[in-house]
Amino acid sequence: MDPARRLGPAQIDVVAQLGVSTVLLGGIYALVSVGLTLIFGIMRVVNFAHGEFLMLGMYVAFWAYTLLALDPYVVLFVSIPLFFGIGVLTYVLVMRGVIHASHNVQIFTTVGLSTALQNAALVAWTGDYRTVRPWHSAVVIRALGMAFNLSQVVAFAIAVALTLVLFAFMKWTHTGRVMRATAQDHDAATLMGIDTDKVYRLTFAIGIACVGAAGVLVSPLYAAYPTAGLQFVLLAYVVVVLGGLGDMLGAMLGSLIVAAVEVVGSYFFGVAWKEVFYFVLFIAVLVLRPAGLFGQRGAETLGV
Amino acid sequence: MLRLEAIDAFYDDLQALADVSFEVAEREILALVGANAAGKSTTLRVVSGLVAPRRGRVLFGDTELTAVPAHLRVERGIVQVPEGRRLFPFMSVTENLLLGAHARRARAERERTLDYVLALFPALADRKAQLAGSLSGGEQQMCAIGRALMARPRLLMLDEPTLGLAPVLVTKIFETVRAINAEGVTVLLVEQNVRQALTLAHRACVLESGKLVLQGRARELLGDERLKRAYLGL
Ligand SMILES: Nc1ncnc2c1ncn2[C@@H]1O[C@H](COP(=O)(O)OP(=O)(O)OP(=O)(O)O)[C@@H](O)[C@H]1O
Ligand SMILES: [Mg+2]
Repeated sequence: MDPARRLGPAQIDVVAQLGVSTVLLGGIYALVSVGLTLIFGIMRVVNFAHGEFLMLGMYVAFWAYTLLALDPYVVLFVSIPLFFGIGVLTYVLVMRGVIHASHNVQIFTTVGLSTALQNAALVAWTGDYRTVRPWHSAVVIRALGMAFNLSQVVAFAIAVALTLVLFAFMKWTHTGRVMRATAQDHDAATLMGIDTDKVYRLTFAIGIACVGAAGVLVSPLYAAYPTAGLQFVLLAYVVVVLGGLGDMLGAMLGSLIVAAVEVVGSYFFGVAWKEVFYFVLFIAVLVLRPAGLFGQRGAETLGV
Repeated sequence: MLRLEAIDAFYDDLQALADVSFEVAEREILALVGANAAGKSTTLRVVSGLVAPRRGRVLFGDTELTAVPAHLRVERGIVQVPEGRRLFPFMSVTENLLLGAHARRARAERERTLDYVLALFPALADRKAQLAGSLSGGEQQMCAIGRALMARPRLLMLDEPTLGLAPVLVTKIFETVRAINAEGVTVLLVEQNVRQALTLAHRACVLESGKLVLQGRARELLGDERLKRAYLGL
């Protein structure tokens, strides 16, 4: 029997709602993942503290909203330069010393940084769940039989815009070209007169600015607490592996896939299962396509 | 123009250069020859700053380079075409060439230099959009030399530019080096094609196991029995 004939209007609505939810969630995941994939693609460092910068972004949004009554979308404009600066500082104080060290040393360093930031947040702001409830988080948009939260739609739009700007920057500007060159051949880049230390600093700062912005954007949707970053960073690793370790376009598509798995899985089995789905997906990819769904290309190959 | 004074260079505990001193005069072509592992590439890396000497000084004009980081040496006009071309394989020919003009001094004249390089290597002009990694060996070498020229070198260092190329291409590369030199660029050339290199060069230095064993006018070295011995490492 033709399966389409069994789909009544109600089921089509469900499919449409799940599809749009996937896209909305995928856009946000893309912004979280793109910084991680950029840092990995250019510096070949896995930043295990990535989620903690997202958590800091959420707290920045929370305190700005609570103390100054600033809307997260206003805070966003401040948070991008702020987190860029935090990225520069973290690079200079922490990452610069280990950029040419072994992977083990780099892992210890970023995991240590992650733990330190989580505990600093715990000491400074306790373990309480903090929520931001601006007016737009209560606005529900109804269209074509579907319902969405305005915050979710705006977060999606901004996340996608930021991701595309970054993509265009990497592909078409001289600085983007310099970053890719450094990733492809560090010594050859030096022989072109490129200050590779500056390139790494910029790369790290951009990656942190992206994830900081993501933290601010998701603050009306998720509560902030010291380990809030973990739930995102877990899926970001899945996305980065799915996308092919350092491939930005791959990361965007990977974000959609992870979001689809989460949305559909949660609909059929319940939200509590979502981390199980990530890991099943993660392991499946590692076993079946370790170079990522789209083959190993790496962020350095952008512009192919 | 360039002077190395008593250079010792190491890779960890392995000594690659011992007490190497020589000079390259303005506008000359100096060939640096020697057997495998003699230290030729290391000498170029010491000049470009990729390897820091443990002892000795490198002078470029009147300035001492020891404290100048590698990327700023390019700004002064010291440009190296590394062994094995080392193009950016996932970037187009055009992107590779444009990266050559990263130095501030070169960037201002980028478009004009690009025209000059494409006129010098018409084969590259036909492949501007092709990925550098997919070029043939000869085209890659032209791209690597072109990329270095984009930096507007005053001193151009070439590390085995003819390695693995067919004889007709070897001749073409040597002719190109001569043409570049005729435009006023000083050339430090590392070569395994000793005969051709010495025919092209004004002067030559011979390295053996990290030591400079012979130097002089290229034409005189061509007939030198010691050169044959030194080069063959006997
Ligand atoms: N990156 C490195 N790490 C450790 N040792 C090195 C490195 N590069 C070169 N060496 C060693 O230093 C010595 C000199 O090497 P160098 O590359 O300067 O020789 P070369 O004259 O250029 O040889 P070739 O003709 O094979 O290119 C060799 O013994 C080599 O094994
Ligand atoms: Mg060599």
